[in-house]
Amino acid sequence: MRFRWLIPAVYIFFLMLPIYWLLNMSFKTTNEILGGFTLWPNNFTLENYITIFTDPTWYNGYINSIIYVVMNTVISVSVALPAAYAFSRYRFLGDKHLFFWLLTNRMAPPAVFALPFFQLYSAVGLFDTHIAVALAHCLFNIPLAVWILEGFMSGVPKELDETAYVDGYSFWRFFFKIFIPTITAGIGVACFFCFMFSWVELLLAKTLTSVAAKPIAATMTRTASTSGYELGLLAAAGALTILPGAVVIWFVRNYIAKGFALGRV
Amino acid sequence: MANIRLVDLRHSYAAAPRNDSDYALKRMTIDWADGGAYALLGPSGCGKTTLLNIISGLVTPSEGKVLFDERDVTPLSPEQRNIAQVFQFPVIYDTMTVYDNLAFPLRNRGVPEPTVDMRVREIAAMLDLDAMLPKRASGLTADGKQKISLGRGLVRSDVNVIMFDEPLTVIDPHLKWILRSKLKELHQQVGATMIYVTHDQTEALTFADQVVVMHDGAIVQIGTPVDLFERPQHTFVGHFIGSPGMNLLPCTIENGVAHFAGIAIETRSRPKIPVGASKFEIGVRPEFVRFSDDGIPVRIAKVSDAGRFHIVETKHGETAINLLLAESSALPADEARIRLDPAHTQVYADGWAVT
Amino acid sequence: MSRKTHNQRAWIFVLPVVVLVAFNAVIPLMTVVNFSVQETFGDNMFFWEGVTWFQQTLASERFHASLLRQLLFTFIILAIEIPLGVAIALAMPRRGPWVSVCLVLMALPLLIPWNVVGAIWNIFALPEIGFLGNLLNGMGFDYNYTQQPLAAWFTVVLMDVWHWTSLVVLLAYAGLIAIPDAYYQAAKIDGARFWAVFRYIELPKMKRVLTIAVLLRFMDSFMIYTEPFVLTGGGPGNATTFLSIDLVKIALGQFDLGPAAAMSLIYFLIILLLSWIFYTLMMRNEEQ
Repeated sequence: MRFRWLIPAVYIFFLMLPIYWLLNMSFKTTNEILGGFTLWPNNFTLENYITIFTDPTWYNGYINSIIYVVMNTVISVSVALPAAYAFSRYRFLGDKHLFFWLLTNRMAPPAVFALPFFQLYSAVGLFDTHIAVALAHCLFNIPLAVWILEGFMSGVPKELDETAYVDGYSFWRFFFKIFIPTITAGIGVACFFCFMFSWVELLLAKTLTSVAAKPIAATMTRTASTSGYELGLLAAAGALTILPGAVVIWFVRNYIAKGFALGRV
Repeated sequence: MANIRLVDLRHSYAAAPRNDSDYALKRMTIDWADGGAYALLGPSGCGKTTLLNIISGLVTPSEGKVLFDERDVTPLSPEQRNIAQVFQFPVIYDTMTVYDNLAFPLRNRGVPEPTVDMRVREIAAMLDLDAMLPKRASGLTADGKQKISLGRGLVRSDVNVIMFDEPLTVIDPHLKWILRSKLKELHQQVGATMIYVTHDQTEALTFADQVVVMHDGAIVQIGTPVDLFERPQHTFVGHFIGSPGMNLLPCTIENGVAHFAGIAIETRSRPKIPVGASKFEIGVRPEFVRFSDDGIPVRIAKVSDAGRFHIVETKHGETAINLLLAESSALPADEARIRLDPAHTQVYADGWAVT
Repeated sequence: MSRKTHNQRAWIFVLPVVVLVAFNAVIPLMTVVNFSVQETFGDNMFFWEGVTWFQQTLASERFHASLLRQLLFTFIILAIEIPLGVAIALAMPRRGPWVSVCLVLMALPLLIPWNVVGAIWNIFALPEIGFLGNLLNGMGFDYNYTQQPLAAWFTVVLMDVWHWTSLVVLLAYAGLIAIPDAYYQAAKIDGARFWAVFRYIELPKMKRVLTIAVLLRFMDSFMIYTEPFVLTGGGPGNATTFLSIDLVKIALGQFDLGPAAAMSLIYFLIILLLSWIFYTLMMRNEEQ
């Protein structure tokens, strides 16, 4: 058992290898990449990154992605909060069926919905807007947020609510002043997961946008097909998409394990 | 069965302890006689669980040795030491039946199945678990689960010591008493050494033949329940045991006689004053204080009813002195005087009894 | 679970959620149902077709092949990721500064956009200039995932293991750290070995989170589209054409909306049915 640490170490090495390769390529010129196999850049260049930060079609992709991801996170968590409260505190007509129906939406393959979504959002005039993607991602993020928050809220004793009412708090004052602060950890975890799933999803985001709200991930696929095989540029763009995720994980690192543990089936 | 000796034991959770306060357990040497029923009594955080875990082998002491029958077991694992421990919260193997739970420690040691069956049934009968044997252990109540934990210790016939770490914490009050008597009965039946950790003086005093009182990482007194009550060796013991605890009166020593508020107080023995002591106190339990015509003048501050007697809180200046008064006796007027029973009055220097 | 009060006004609280999800789920689903029973030749001309498309899809060899590939893929990655994830979680430190380092590094692949995951593995596995391709060819294997079905499968599976095993690790780890120390101490005293501790303490306590892990991995792997699409485009030939890829090919590539819609519904129902069966089995087991 003395070499137990080797198992996670080897696993992390395996995880980092492709990421290293991506970074390695992002600092090479296209000629060097196609010229042959090298473990590190011989002609170190920042050219690829400079292209991305100076070309609006590139950097707008990042801005678009971040806009709709943040919008989606805010919408999902704010509508999920009262709903999760209702599921954790009250019994009402059809509550169990409703909860189950919400979860089944997590099982809907995006590929099934791509075309109908395109028609729906075109029909209501939202095609190629950030809000369209943000709303579409609610399909799987709201059920997830309700699920996570309900788990956290059920862990808060009901006596807290009752004491507040006895002390003369109105419902909404209690909800915002007392209840929400006690479950900040849960809100953090829910935000993390909404951010994560909205950030990584591409099929719907790509289907619902063309120019104005095009996500970075879609910009990459277009570049790959139109301007030949600019691998260095592609690698740099890919490397930059890892950054926001890394920042978010760093902030919630202490809650990740806990958040998973509290999720209930 | 074994005689357990802890020699020059000391433990710190810090990697590099500098001064005495870094040690969770101060230096100690202590003997546990074979077959004794011991209680380790002290408030939360006094180091009693650390001491228990050192005996069981879950914690390796920073310094000192653990001897079982003069054999050094300090480096051995809990399994090799052959001990049993019951934890604060019931630990059971959820997926197993009660029978399999009890059989688990034997099967892990490769005991043949007929012997396992015999032992399990014997122990189950002892603990009144016979009817439960085929049931899933997770379905039992908290006291049933604690019995299983205990049973897993008893099932091995050769355990050196059985240890209990506040085992009644999650048990309903009315069942605590039943389980405690069961423990006492089992101790007489199997004759194994038992060490019972608790912060509850009633549990400690009813279970144990010898009570070890701990305070701040050190053992302050080892004695029978009567010893602890009548002859506390440290003000902490006097204060911690008894309800209400011992009265402590600040005093001065003049010509070898203790004086409180200018009044000479007769004590059990003439105190021999240790060199360098700075703080002197007179200790006397409320049970041994009574109203009289002469003695220390006090005023009565509060009277509370405690069933067959009253607890009277009196004050001389800022010093509170409690005493117990039989329910039938009358309370004197506001201006009263009290006397301390000399046979049960003791002088303490820097907290320790002086004789 | 504590007592809950009956309160029909709770519906007001869930109303926003219901409206938003219904807008995104019910209307598109109705559209799919609508398509699935009609034939169109463009210009918004629709003709009633009844269950023809369903019969056609269920009888189609192409659908059977995609479904079979999908089931095989899901089975393989579950068989690898679940045990591997549990093993890594068991070996992880339980406290100390390394915990955060492990968690952050392990969670990293989970937050990479899925097409970037495909792109990373695309360039990582390129036969000549990719690390993996170069390594395997250097070791004497003839490896080219754009040409050989087996190599393509190997790469797609390895990519998924790389991408998602961490999710299983995090879940299993969360289950493990929730076990009180007393259980391990009692097991030590009872003389339980590593295997017995795993079998009788860790596994039962992890059961709930592992159920979640298997369900999530089942659902997500069954819906997989972007990563293999970017990596192999479903090829070589149709070797890695899973259900979603096939569906998009039919719907957008060939614009056969009727068959695509019928396939969508069958596909969705299969996921629901399998999830439900699995969930009920786990829960029944729990009650016994």
